Amino acid sequence: MVLVYTSSPEGQLKKSAFEAVTYGYKAAQIIGTEVLALTIGNVDNAGVLGQYGASKVLNAAGADSFDSGVYAAIIADVAQKVGATIIVIADDSTGKSLLGRVAVRLDAGAVSGVKSLPDTAAGFVVKKNVFSGKAIVDYNISSDKKVISIAGNTFPPEVVGSDVAVEAAGVDVPASRVRIKEVNTVKGTVPLPEAELVVSAGRGVKDPGNWGIIEELAEHLGATTACSRPVADVGWRPHHEHVGQTGVAIRPNLYIAIGISGAIQHLAGVNQSKTIVVINKDPEAPFFKAADYGIVGDLFEVVPRLNEAIKKFKAS
Amino acid sequence: MKLLVCVSKTPDTTTKISFANNDTEFNTQGVQYIMNPYDEWYALVRALELKEALGGTVTTINVGPAANDTVIRKGLAIGADDAIRVDAPENCSAYYVAKQIAEQSKAGAYDIIFFGKETIDYNGAQIGAMVAEMLDIPFISYATKMELAANTATISRDIEGGQEVLEVDTPFALSAAKGLAEQRIPNMRGIMMAKRKPLNVVPPVDVTEKVSVASYALPPAKKDCHYIDAEDMDKLVELLHSEAKVI
Repeated sequence: MVLVYTSSPEGQLKKSAFEAVTYGYKAAQIIGTEVLALTIGNVDNAGVLGQYGASKVLNAAGADSFDSGVYAAIIADVAQKVGATIIVIADDSTGKSLLGRVAVRLDAGAVSGVKSLPDTAAGFVVKKNVFSGKAIVDYNISSDKKVISIAGNTFPPEVVGSDVAVEAAGVDVPASRVRIKEVNTVKGTVPLPEAELVVSAGRGVKDPGNWGIIEELAEHLGATTACSRPVADVGWRPHHEHVGQTGVAIRPNLYIAIGISGAIQHLAGVNQSKTIVVINKDPEAPFFKAADYGIVGDLFEVVPRLNEAIKKFKAS
Repeated sequence: MKLLVCVSKTPDTTTKISFANNDTEFNTQGVQYIMNPYDEWYALVRALELKEALGGTVTTINVGPAANDTVIRKGLAIGADDAIRVDAPENCSAYYVAKQIAEQSKAGAYDIIFFGKETIDYNGAQIGAMVAEMLDIPFISYATKMELAANTATISRDIEGGQEVLEVDTPFALSAAKGLAEQRIPNMRGIMMAKRKPLNVVPPVDVTEKVSVASYALPPAKKDCHYIDAEDMDKLVELLHSEAKVI
């Protein structure tokens, strides 16, 4: 049995949940079993996970606010109860707090940020990017139980079935030792780690008042905005928009870097993007070496031109 | 207040990555090692700030061979009081390392155990959660701010698209992200004093490994950048649509 824990911030299942169930479904096919989904707390419309391959959805009610200790106990207990040998979690902020705990509780081997389906030809081998994307490791998990978290934006959700019933998980919910006081998230945009399209800008924009053309581009594309470290450090843009090694690591389908030179620490957070476009007036900017498409030019001329081109494309 | 900071040794960010022994090992030839930046800049410094404000001790712990002592001494030079090194081979699994830290923590009865959010080499982000589970204490990942009043910490942590603020009582473990503290450079006095501070080497407990590296590979080579005329953004949009298929 494969068990997929799907996180549900503020009661909502997100793309990362559908990705995880899609992964679990495919992994279950490889080893010839089925996949169960587990939700914790009050979750809207959890039966939809059936569309991505879950044969059943289990829900553990009564643990609405996140405490990694409580959630790990629930996941491990459910895994024991249903006899799961593979436990799948999304590699997001929740998953990073949970993976190690669940592994310890189940005495299971764990690999985080997995980017391949298991290869069972010789053991149980999964791939993971290491050294911030500069190398790939094949890990072999030799324990009977395996706990893996899967990299975001790597396994596109696939609809293979229809809604299924949601049943009570029937496990104890321990008392939480963490008291959540506030949750401050940006409304109305896709959070950066989940975004498929990202428009990012750096010091080349010169002044926070010039960000209008960047936001306009993001709006035309339906993209999320991001920025480089210096820009977040001086307060031109909010901290949560900072992408790079010390900020958020992302892997969108499209990353457009505008007026960012491409320091190695910045690249470490974005080099797993599928397509990179670099706009910079300095032809020697190191970022061009990591780019798929490069435009050497003044961003204050190029970006408005790109905005017009996208408007035209969207209209056609 | 007894504080424990887990410090790891990692290759410098600019390291050229290559492999040895038929791609089953990381090639350490000529590699420059540093203390993992998240451990040094944020976890260790925040622990030192707490000690300076509230009194107590800061101990660092590292799991690895004697070659790690340089990195451990740097932690002492920045201001840790003493250090533990669990004498273990290079490149043990996260589980192995967590087990060693948990064993040592039991004896130390620490109020807070600090980790970096991940190491910049294997990017696993697993050990903090494992140690917390082994000790049955709360674990808060990606902390960007932490204040302590009596035995209660108020912590901000990064979540998707924002921040969460929470309270937790000691003892607990946290992993440190950017914002938790500001990097400190050791001064000459610190470096001199570090030589006399205790670095206790202890034997490891036995652990059966559950995860091993089968092989390493480099990512597929990036094709050359396709330059597009700055006047012709229609061309870029066309390529993004029909060639890259991302819009």
